[in-house]
Amino acid sequence: MAVVFERPKSLIDVSTHYCPGCTHGIVHRILCEVIDEMGIEGDTIGVCPVGCSVMAYDYFNCDMIEAPHGRAPAVATGVKRTNPDKFVFTYQGDGDLAAIGTAETVHSATRGENIVVIFINNTIYGMTGGQMAPTTLPGQVTQTTPFGRDPELAGYPVRVCEMLSTLTGTAFAQRVAVDSVAHVREAKKAIRKAFENQKEKRGFSIVEVLSTCPTNWGLSPLEAIKRLQDEMIPYYPLGVYKDVTAEGGNE
Amino acid sequence: MERNLMKGNEALAEAAIRAGCKCFFGYPITPQTELAAYMAKRMNKAGGVFLQAESEIAAVNMVLGAASTGVRAMTSSSSPGVSLKSEGISYIAGSDLPAVIINVQRGGPGLGGIQPSQADYWQATKALGHGDFHLLVYAPASVQEMVDMVVTAFDRADKYRMPAMILADGLLGQMMEPVSFPEINANAYDKSGWAADGHKNNREHHIINSLYLKPDELQKSVYDRFERYEQIKAEETDAELYLTEDCDILLCAYGATARVVKSAVNSARELGIKAGMFRPKTLWPFPVKEINEAAKNAKCLLDIEMSMGQMIDDVKLAINCSKPVHFFGRTGGVIPTPAEILEEIKKVGGAE
Amino acid sequence: MAKMTVITERCKGCGLCTAACPKNIVALQKEKRNKKGYFYAVCTDEASCIGCAMCAIMCPDCAITVEK
Repeated sequence: MAVVFERPKSLIDVSTHYCPGCTHGIVHRILCEVIDEMGIEGDTIGVCPVGCSVMAYDYFNCDMIEAPHGRAPAVATGVKRTNPDKFVFTYQGDGDLAAIGTAETVHSATRGENIVVIFINNTIYGMTGGQMAPTTLPGQVTQTTPFGRDPELAGYPVRVCEMLSTLTGTAFAQRVAVDSVAHVREAKKAIRKAFENQKEKRGFSIVEVLSTCPTNWGLSPLEAIKRLQDEMIPYYPLGVYKDVTAEGGNE
Repeated sequence: MERNLMKGNEALAEAAIRAGCKCFFGYPITPQTELAAYMAKRMNKAGGVFLQAESEIAAVNMVLGAASTGVRAMTSSSSPGVSLKSEGISYIAGSDLPAVIINVQRGGPGLGGIQPSQADYWQATKALGHGDFHLLVYAPASVQEMVDMVVTAFDRADKYRMPAMILADGLLGQMMEPVSFPEINANAYDKSGWAADGHKNNREHHIINSLYLKPDELQKSVYDRFERYEQIKAEETDAELYLTEDCDILLCAYGATARVVKSAVNSARELGIKAGMFRPKTLWPFPVKEINEAAKNAKCLLDIEMSMGQMIDDVKLAINCSKPVHFFGRTGGVIPTPAEILEEIKKVGGAE
Repeated sequence: MAKMTVITERCKGCGLCTAACPKNIVALQKEKRNKKGYFYAVCTDEASCIGCAMCAIMCPDCAITVEK
């Protein structure tokens, strides 16, 4: 018998600190599969800012930089501009990317920074114990929206791929999910595409991954997957929002 | 050596390029904008990177990114902008990264004004961001010193793996003086043991990080850094002592203020008052040994600043409050005149 | 002939693999726990495994290897 599935080499062989059923682990793995398949681990530098994935430097075997909250795209800009032949990615949560780091996100996109941004959208601040995120759905109960997010009070969620796809500097924006085998495969393809874009110097590529947070949602891992499917995907439709390689892709 | 007439801000930029600075990330703010404009013209031609960031916060984090890969990186700003950079500077210090930050001070607090000031002394030397850390702080008093100190700042930042600041002010930044650029033999520091520039599959992966969740580990990382600080305190202080051998009154001033103080000291000498001047060139580490040497025969000290009195704390601490320390300051962009300083000298001299 | 193997000590008992298996032959232990205290996943019918790796694809902890 031959091994048909095993841990990718660039994913360090340790147990993660993530909660049971947290889909960070799936995204870590498919990202590392892409790095392995492209053979670029030695030329890749990852940037992980504050959030649940702040300690991802203990999991990714490429060189890693831990960034201040929200600043990963700026840090990645500094890395990429001075090392244009290296592959640079950021791995950011929703609070990081779409609240405290909105300016860094929008401006690295509009500059067309030739980097890959992996954006984990799980509609909540995980590491600090489950507060309202910029992507928290209307009505969603969190620690800081104990009666459900009221748009009158707390405004509306940010749809990141839609917003960034309006910018000329964005080369690629796709929203994927990791709730099923088919979607995980699609997510991996999107990440591969983003790295290929960087290789071809096409500019800013973002892959938004709809993910779960069973612990802070107060659901079992399987119930959390169901919530992602029933509530998140309708609000955050999956698909390619921008692709400069497609016909009319930069319209 | 060839001498050129140059504006302080532009001299800072040219010196950085000659010192091997490979990238500049900045954001417009008066009175340091000429620095960024000069970089925009020169940096790309010199084979480096110039990028105008979307904010001071982004600029300093771009520096963090570039410095993480072992590249000499710099950013510059003025007082309100430096406040914004403080988060990034704390991370740079906590990650043991070399970087150079320039502050061409203006008046504060808040938006303050755009005229010269020295009101960021506390910020630069005591609390440029959260946490237990220091950065090297150099205080030039001429355009030539701006050049020389930028070269030193890049060298020491690399040597000690820590951020270094040039604390100038709007007067120095805007002033034109003849300046020469010395032949720079930049020390090459080996960064291959820590830089995160891609491991090429021939070494362990490198991590640039300031997070230590275990108290013992965080404490150890701070202890290690403070051990380095002790070495820096012993080896890196620098000061100018002017007519201090026989002085009765020791004036203390740094940066542009020291230029005014020097002429007041000369006037006092003409009147037969034995005045002298101590001018720290490094604000952190503060030249404790040097000020005690300068003050050894003085009956009192007179501290002059373009602030309400910030460096005076260090002056008193350095001499252990062993002698009276008087103060005269102007703030908000008002520059003290030689005449009013001379009046203070007379007042203090007469009082002793 | 195919085989899925759970690295027991890496499993956090989340159960995402159990829902992914098209043969419905992956289940969580009901009595035995691993050292971390999780009811880990097991293959309940090794002969029926087709080596599709769907369980492994959904595993957030890389706790499953598949041979075929």
